[in-house]
Amino acid sequence: MTDFWNDGDPIADTAAPDGPIETRWERRKFSAKLVNPANRRKLTVIVVGTGLAGGSAAATLAEAGYHVKSYCYQDSPRRAHSIAAQGGINAAKNYRNDGDSIYRLFYDTVKGGDFRARESNVYRLASVSVNIIDQCVAQGVPFAREYGGLLDNRSFGGTQVSRTFYARGQTGQQLLLGAYQAVERQVGLGNIEMNTRHEMLELIVVDGKARGIVVRDMVTGEITTEMADAVVLASGGYGNVFFLSTNAKGCNVTASWRAHRKGALFANPCYTQIHPTCIPESGTHQSKLTLMSESLRNDGRVWVPLAAGDSRKPGDIPEEDRDYYLERIYPAFGNLVPRDIASRAAKNVCDEGRGVGPGGLGVYLDFADAIARLGQKAVEAKYGNLFEMYQRITGEDPYKTPMRIYPAVHYTMGGLWVDYDLQSTIPGLFVVGEANFSDHGANRLGASALMQGLGDGYFVLPTTLGNYLASGPYEKISEDHEEVVAARTAVEERLNKFLSIDGDRTVDSFHRELGHIMWEYCGMERTEEGLTKAIGLIRALKDEFWQRVKVPGTGEQLNQNLEKAGRVADFFELGELMCIDALHRRESCGGHFRAESQTPDGEALRHDDEFAYAAAWEYFGADQKPTLHKEQLEFEYVHPSTRSYK
Amino acid sequence: MDIQVRVWRQTDSSDKGRMVTYDVKDISPDASFLEMLDVLNEKLILDGDDPVAFDHDCREGICGACSMVIDGVAHGPERATTTCQLHMRHFKNGDVIDVEPWRAAAFPVIKDLVVDRSAFDRIIQAGGYITAPTGAAPEAHSTPVPKKDADLAFEAATCIGCGACVAACPNGSAMLFTAAKVAHLGLVPQGQPERDTRVLDMLQAQDDAGFGGCTNAGECTTVCPKGIPLTLIGRLNSDYRKALRNSNS
Repeated sequence: MTDFWNDGDPIADTAAPDGPIETRWERRKFSAKLVNPANRRKLTVIVVGTGLAGGSAAATLAEAGYHVKSYCYQDSPRRAHSIAAQGGINAAKNYRNDGDSIYRLFYDTVKGGDFRARESNVYRLASVSVNIIDQCVAQGVPFAREYGGLLDNRSFGGTQVSRTFYARGQTGQQLLLGAYQAVERQVGLGNIEMNTRHEMLELIVVDGKARGIVVRDMVTGEITTEMADAVVLASGGYGNVFFLSTNAKGCNVTASWRAHRKGALFANPCYTQIHPTCIPESGTHQSKLTLMSESLRNDGRVWVPLAAGDSRKPGDIPEEDRDYYLERIYPAFGNLVPRDIASRAAKNVCDEGRGVGPGGLGVYLDFADAIARLGQKAVEAKYGNLFEMYQRITGEDPYKTPMRIYPAVHYTMGGLWVDYDLQSTIPGLFVVGEANFSDHGANRLGASALMQGLGDGYFVLPTTLGNYLASGPYEKISEDHEEVVAARTAVEERLNKFLSIDGDRTVDSFHRELGHIMWEYCGMERTEEGLTKAIGLIRALKDEFWQRVKVPGTGEQLNQNLEKAGRVADFFELGELMCIDALHRRESCGGHFRAESQTPDGEALRHDDEFAYAAAWEYFGADQKPTLHKEQLEFEYVHPSTRSYK
Repeated sequence: MDIQVRVWRQTDSSDKGRMVTYDVKDISPDASFLEMLDVLNEKLILDGDDPVAFDHDCREGICGACSMVIDGVAHGPERATTTCQLHMRHFKNGDVIDVEPWRAAAFPVIKDLVVDRSAFDRIIQAGGYITAPTGAAPEAHSTPVPKKDADLAFEAATCIGCGACVAACPNGSAMLFTAAKVAHLGLVPQGQPERDTRVLDMLQAQDDAGFGGCTNAGECTTVCPKGIPLTLIGRLNSDYRKALRNSNS
């Protein structure tokens, strides 16, 4: 027991089969109980979220014959934030004959996750990766192709094989449209009931099982209770706890957090991925950050002035006064070091006062050498659309002056804890995609998020959820049931509370301030002192929020500030748990860097003897200490080693 | 910079609506258009007024949520740019900027600048897909696709479904939207079996949703943030004629 958390029992069972890893998923599939096709249409499944995971799950479950009710806060399922993924999707097809295999993808993912992921899940992900590409091609996803008509691949994110499939810089868009079209087909057939502009505000748990959700119609404000035989959360990540991130403005943790409050364990919340190549903030009006594809680092050179406070224009700074710090510190990988290392190095040079641009929060990404070597035409052919995007946002021409970049929060590896079946600790509540914690450990490799979302939704969940449903039937629950009424009443009271405070600060002003605290103390570098301070600051700000927030309008209309208030209220509680998780993990691993745990030359230092576990937190109340349950991670195949990029 | 915005305010679908003028002061030229509206809304909230409702999400030009007619042009004055990617440096101090919602019979206003675009989803439901249930897919390399066709299909598939084409069309037609999907799926071999039924069903759904007919005005492609070309409408018409012939024979 500590000041901030209690220690609980370890997690005994992950439902993962043992034995040879190559056949675990085959054996699990065979042992899964099946639902008779004639009975499936009598079973209702709720799917929250329509991104790659939720869209693919909803379509596949509906195709199988289940009655699916789908919910998204956007005005169309096609707008889920998977749409914005640029780079690509990994699959172990070995089309390049470069030695790739399911085992190698599995190996790379476990190692890339800094040995903090569950081997069984990662192996399964690697093995279904090949089916994902087949499925997407059959749907007409226009992947990049070679002149012979076969699919093109590129290498991505520091791997040594070319296994990334892509559709120019819009892979997420094309994959999502494939899933969206499959969903709309099922909507047209009457198998999916689609509810756009609806937000899940509570999970309904009856007799210990997830049996429904409370939703708000964002246009009319009507609150309804939606009942089902099982609930699937595919509601994405929580990067917006930082206010500024590459997430869409609406991305939020509410669905996951409501489930956490109802008993679902939340695992590894402190594992956040900070992407090194984003466009820096331009001022206090900044509302989000935009990612520039990592591929830019293939030809761009990263540098800052050698001396702090050098305010000359980049073109006026001669070579000898520049510090190409990645090439200097990491001669073997240079500008291509993994995301976490590139991000932290940028922060370090900015902390030394050598950052460039507004507020000194930026480093140069310079293409002058590439343009001299390859010619402007060749650079334009490779990066033209990215250069245009940069120019549109900053008003600067990257062909003439170096880009300015800075790290930004991009992805959250943590999420609701799930077992091998993707089931949370609440029976009947399944969690897929970024919303769960399962496959990326402490750090996600490039082009693996799309793979996981679609792997979960198309191939894993439909099997494991069927097993759960076949274990029923579960008694029909009336909307008058006391648990249902209580959940609904709690939602209404909370909304009324937001509207009645009538204070003097906007929701956004609180969110921005919370984001500053998180970025400062729970961002790229964390310390015991900083995290302890942050917990105090968050608690004080949360109290202030509940006293002083001003939410205009009523609940019976489209009210975007009321929506935001609920999301920010949950971000406060999540932010505190993230800091507690970061505080308890006295090691550095993946996206989590504790300043106290580094090698003499400043690299991350893991402590496998103490921390080779997933930290799953149990909720006991807003003002109560959470309880830590450890899932010990076994590495039977990929033995922990130290990452080195020098 | 200081500007004035004249914004369409409409409390709900039954309200008649009106333009209301607001001063917005001290805006950075580096702010995006939506960030300028964020600043306005923060002030409106603290003044006890109702903030302006508008759709937005990714704010990086790909989700297709943002949807404003700015000074009479869908997505504003910059070519091939969504509202969220439009920055204030393209305006000057003292400008008076008109901001209105998409206006089309098939896109009713919900509130202020927010419209209902679910008619687009209904067009896709009618046939904007390839029937390929999960699990039934053959090996991806079993069917090569000529690079030229794959590239053209991709270009058509970059449509973000924002609806600017409809807002700009004097007839409120969704032809460019439908044509882009018909072209995308019609250019790949996997899309051939449903090619005829797709175009017939999608056009029927488009008519049923209340969109107008196409008279080749070409305003759609001018405002399209992804530059979907007008030639795709010609392609759709050709597909439509073939499908009609085939269905009559």
